[in-house]
Amino acid sequence: MATPISRADVAHVARLARLDLTDDELSRFTDQLAAVLEHAGDLAAIDTAGVPPTAHPLELVNVLRDDVPRPCLDRDEVLAMAPAAEDGRFRVPKILGDAP
Amino acid sequence: MTALELAADVRSGRRRARDVVEEHLDRIAAREPDMHAFLHLDADGARAGAAAVDDRVARGEDPGPLAGVPVALKDNLCTRGIPTTCASRILEGWRPPYTATAVRRMVDRGAVVIGKTNLDEFAMGSSTENSAFGPTRNPHDLTRVPGGSSGGSAAAVAAGFAPLALGTDTGGSIRQPAGLCGVVGAKPTYGAVSRYGLIAFASSLDQIGPLAMTVADAAVLLEAIAGPDPCDSTSWPDPFAPLEVRPDVDGLRVGLIRELSGEGIAADVAARVAQAADALSNAGAKVDEATVPGVRYALSAYYLIAPAEASSNLARYDGVRYGLRVSRDDITSTYGATREAGFGAEVKRRIMLGTYALSAGYYDAYYAQAQRARTLLIRDFAAVYEHFDVLLTPTTPTTAFEIGAKTSDPLAMYLSDVCTIPSNLAGHPAISVPFGTGADGLPVGVQVLAPALGERVMFRVAALLEGVSP
Repeated sequence: MATPISRADVAHVARLARLDLTDDELSRFTDQLAAVLEHAGDLAAIDTAGVPPTAHPLELVNVLRDDVPRPCLDRDEVLAMAPAAEDGRFRVPKILGDAP
Repeated sequence: MTALELAADVRSGRRRARDVVEEHLDRIAAREPDMHAFLHLDADGARAGAAAVDDRVARGEDPGPLAGVPVALKDNLCTRGIPTTCASRILEGWRPPYTATAVRRMVDRGAVVIGKTNLDEFAMGSSTENSAFGPTRNPHDLTRVPGGSSGGSAAAVAAGFAPLALGTDTGGSIRQPAGLCGVVGAKPTYGAVSRYGLIAFASSLDQIGPLAMTVADAAVLLEAIAGPDPCDSTSWPDPFAPLEVRPDVDGLRVGLIRELSGEGIAADVAARVAQAADALSNAGAKVDEATVPGVRYALSAYYLIAPAEASSNLARYDGVRYGLRVSRDDITSTYGATREAGFGAEVKRRIMLGTYALSAGYYDAYYAQAQRARTLLIRDFAAVYEHFDVLLTPTTPTTAFEIGAKTSDPLAMYLSDVCTIPSNLAGHPAISVPFGTGADGLPVGVQVLAPALGERVMFRVAALLEGVSP
């Protein structure tokens, strides 16, 4: 299977996952992920030529409900649980940069 | 007293639901400080719910098969207006704006919610030690874990805090704690119970199911919550067939999974499984060895598939719409700081593992290969069920382990799920039934596996085992 996971790999994955890990966590996770991935190495030995990956555990099609309007979540109740809200909307930190 | 007996008394007016609730609150007051089964005890809500049930009885109405029965809910099930945390700092203080379908259905049938139980954070763990709010202790031995991730629900039932509880099972999280706490726990067929309002961990694996003191109680709760739901596109479209809880195994073909016996299974646990097999044989079942080769790779496949799905599902905790926000100058920094502060070590570990398994260059070797191995496992099960009606295994490799014994070694912790994971990967039902004790005097669970929608035969075998349990 693939080469052992490096500290740089772990740092890259942490950025993808939006986790600001500490140096200590980076070191610990590098060792622990390596151990789990090594255990998972037994999968590489299985002959899966021509075997489709499972997409769903059972032969089940999506269940659709009738497309009729019905009451949705109460806006005030939802926004009351938000970290910040303003004028009936979620308030978030700046998303776009300053105009050039 | 069983849930069925309590409900019969409340329906007939022999007992009042409010008295039933007070008896359980008294038991909780006495032992909960030592156990920490609950994250939120809803005494006022339970009293109000019980009073409503009593009012219906007084008006001559039938509140339903769960009339006045207190039920403990794992705290990853949404309850409108009642704190729902997933045992995570990132959801601390959150009160959902809606109630899970499974919870609503059991309340519609007379059940009384008594509180929200502890779990491993986001249901990721096998001991309830990964809760951000401290571990739950096993009522049989307070130095031991109750198992996990539904450890609070299993401990609550075992301690008599509630006759029934709901748990969720992604890789064994109902059955493993049921086994370690000496109660009954069932994972239904994938899709049998709506997951609307269940906070998602791994969507191709998660199922809600019952924990109870008896097989018949587990059946009545499962029947109450199962069935199609227009709010869950993965729910099974046909009505859930009523269960049979009669101890009749005459002529049934029972397979002992070779790959889950011998190595890795403690001798005292293996001896109980052998005893259970003998009991089934004496009752008229044909017991034989079965082979499911794909079981050997199930743990490896699971610990790539479940984290991959979790890494995607948990992307929603971004500090925008609910839960914790750690504010920074821009949105990306806010995401990173919020998630770093809000998630515990195991959740971060799984998000990292899953993100890695899905990332460019590794996707095919890890995630896709795991899903191909899963296909092979499903085919192996299909082949073995040509010859057997049900399969029998231990629920867990050992009895309950000491608190702290496995927290520093994630892989050792993961291995405690080796017997339960195959059913999740296949989407099949399985049930853990208490069957005597191990050498240390702690409960042993035996597990009955059945093919998809095989709950009826599975509960018959469970009922037989319950009746002959040492």
